[in-house]
Amino acid sequence: MSEHELDGNAMAGDLREVFAVDVTTAVATCGGCGEPSVVARLRVWGPAPGLVARCPSCDDVVLRLVRGPERAWLDLRGAVSLQVAMPPLSTVAEG
Amino acid sequence: MSIISPGFGGRRRSSQPDLPPGQYLTHDFPVLSAGPTPRIPLDRWQFTVTDETGAKHSWSWQEFQALPAEDVTVDIHCVTKWSKLGTTWRGVSIDTLFENIETTADYTMVHGYGGYTTNVPLEDLLDGKAWVAYQFDGEPLAPEHGGPARLVVPHLYFWKSAKWVNGIEMLQQDEPGFWEEAGYHMYGDPWREQRYQGD
Amino acid sequence: MTNRRLTWRAAVLEAARQETPSARTLVLRVPDWPGHLSGQHVDVRLTAPDGYSAQRSYSIASAWQDGGTVELTVQRVEDGEVSSYLTDDLQVGQPLELRGPVGGWFVWRNAPPPVLLVAGGSGVVPLMAMIRARGDVRGRQPFRLIYSVRTPQDALYVNELARRVRDDPGLDVRFVYTRKAPDGWPDPPGRLTVATINTYGWPPDFAPDVFVCGPTSFVEAAADILVALGHDPKKIRTERFGGTS
Repeated sequence: MSEHELDGNAMAGDLREVFAVDVTTAVATCGGCGEPSVVARLRVWGPAPGLVARCPSCDDVVLRLVRGPERAWLDLRGAVSLQVAMPPLSTVAEG
Repeated sequence: MSIISPGFGGRRRSSQPDLPPGQYLTHDFPVLSAGPTPRIPLDRWQFTVTDETGAKHSWSWQEFQALPAEDVTVDIHCVTKWSKLGTTWRGVSIDTLFENIETTADYTMVHGYGGYTTNVPLEDLLDGKAWVAYQFDGEPLAPEHGGPARLVVPHLYFWKSAKWVNGIEMLQQDEPGFWEEAGYHMYGDPWREQRYQGD
Repeated sequence: MTNRRLTWRAAVLEAARQETPSARTLVLRVPDWPGHLSGQHVDVRLTAPDGYSAQRSYSIASAWQDGGTVELTVQRVEDGEVSSYLTDDLQVGQPLELRGPVGGWFVWRNAPPPVLLVAGGSGVVPLMAMIRARGDVRGRQPFRLIYSVRTPQDALYVNELARRVRDDPGLDVRFVYTRKAPDGWPDPPGRLTVATINTYGWPPDFAPDVFVCGPTSFVEAAADILVALGHDPKKIRTERFGGTS
């Protein structure tokens, strides 16, 4: 175990810069072992050179986030899917 | 516009005119990692060069220790903006490892235990430009700094100096490694400040 | 919570309190702060005169009240360039950059179930925000805090916790001392054990909401004990911080 290990909670600020919703409550399904995990529960190393989030079950990389001065790279090739809780669909008022 | 905090950060680092652009001098040795620190027993350690035909040339720890070693003193530059001057390493030159290897490939992927990868052109590893180092500052290289052995390619940003290195794979075409896939520069020359893609 | 893009704000240090010799609470005035939930955190960014900058994440210690301040309790970390600046150098009246609140998972939302809080060292900070938020709304949910510290001198918020145990109905606090216990303390110093969580936590049958915060090794040990005792892993929320700051 590394002294510098964090968890997905620590990615909240950098992810919130990219997304309009809080992605730490989303469920990421690992591309390696297929295990779903709340993003806040992922094992995270970083923040520099970038945030690396690994599956708590198999340690495969699920998500990488690199923040440059004017760009951010979000690499999700280690995730099969990201399930994000959304507010209920509201009934569209008919005009 | 950033808020400037007077007195912040002066204790650990300083700017120096002969550093690459945007770098700051550090006196300690920050540890950056992208995953758990692998613990590799020396009797299971192996270093393998794989050429473009798939042929493998491997060394055990014992065989590796029997190769001629060099002591080098170099400056290192991390893409996270710290530089460290005059670091001393002992290790085996990549030239020594390639003495009996014939290759026409121009590119390499460097691999480490734990799954880390980084791409380096072959010419940047040869002619006295890179080493597989197993001592830092006269001591065996600590696991958090990449021990038992790490690549040292001091003329490129330090993410190219793969920790826990265990092999070099020859490639006909350049391919991105772990950080290069996620936004970092394919080559990473600190003097041209090639931090991110497109820099 | 608004869905606007997150930006850096200029906060001003309005007051500061020394909690222990190495921990300081920063009381920050943040213009247009949208409010926060207890357990959320902020990112702090410091920039040196030569342009060098560093960013760290800190849990919010205070419960939000309209028009109020945002409090962070910062533990000085050996060689921590940001934490040592915040504990030793930042003066009242000086600004710093702050972004947040962020994190929607490790939060307490004034829900009905009983709550078990397990803190290791300065991991108590977001849990204190939960205790304060419950106190502010006069919550009736039973709350229990198990708080592991090295020595009595390392414990944060000691007086306030004692006062709240007296005044906030249904709040209990149990300390665990890992290096040195106060005179007369019944248990020898040592790590958090199954017996402690079993005795001072809630039975799994009560289906408590569990929040664990501390260094990685502490969080993993506490979570393992809770699961072994029969708590539903889905009800255990964890937040771990690394060794550097």
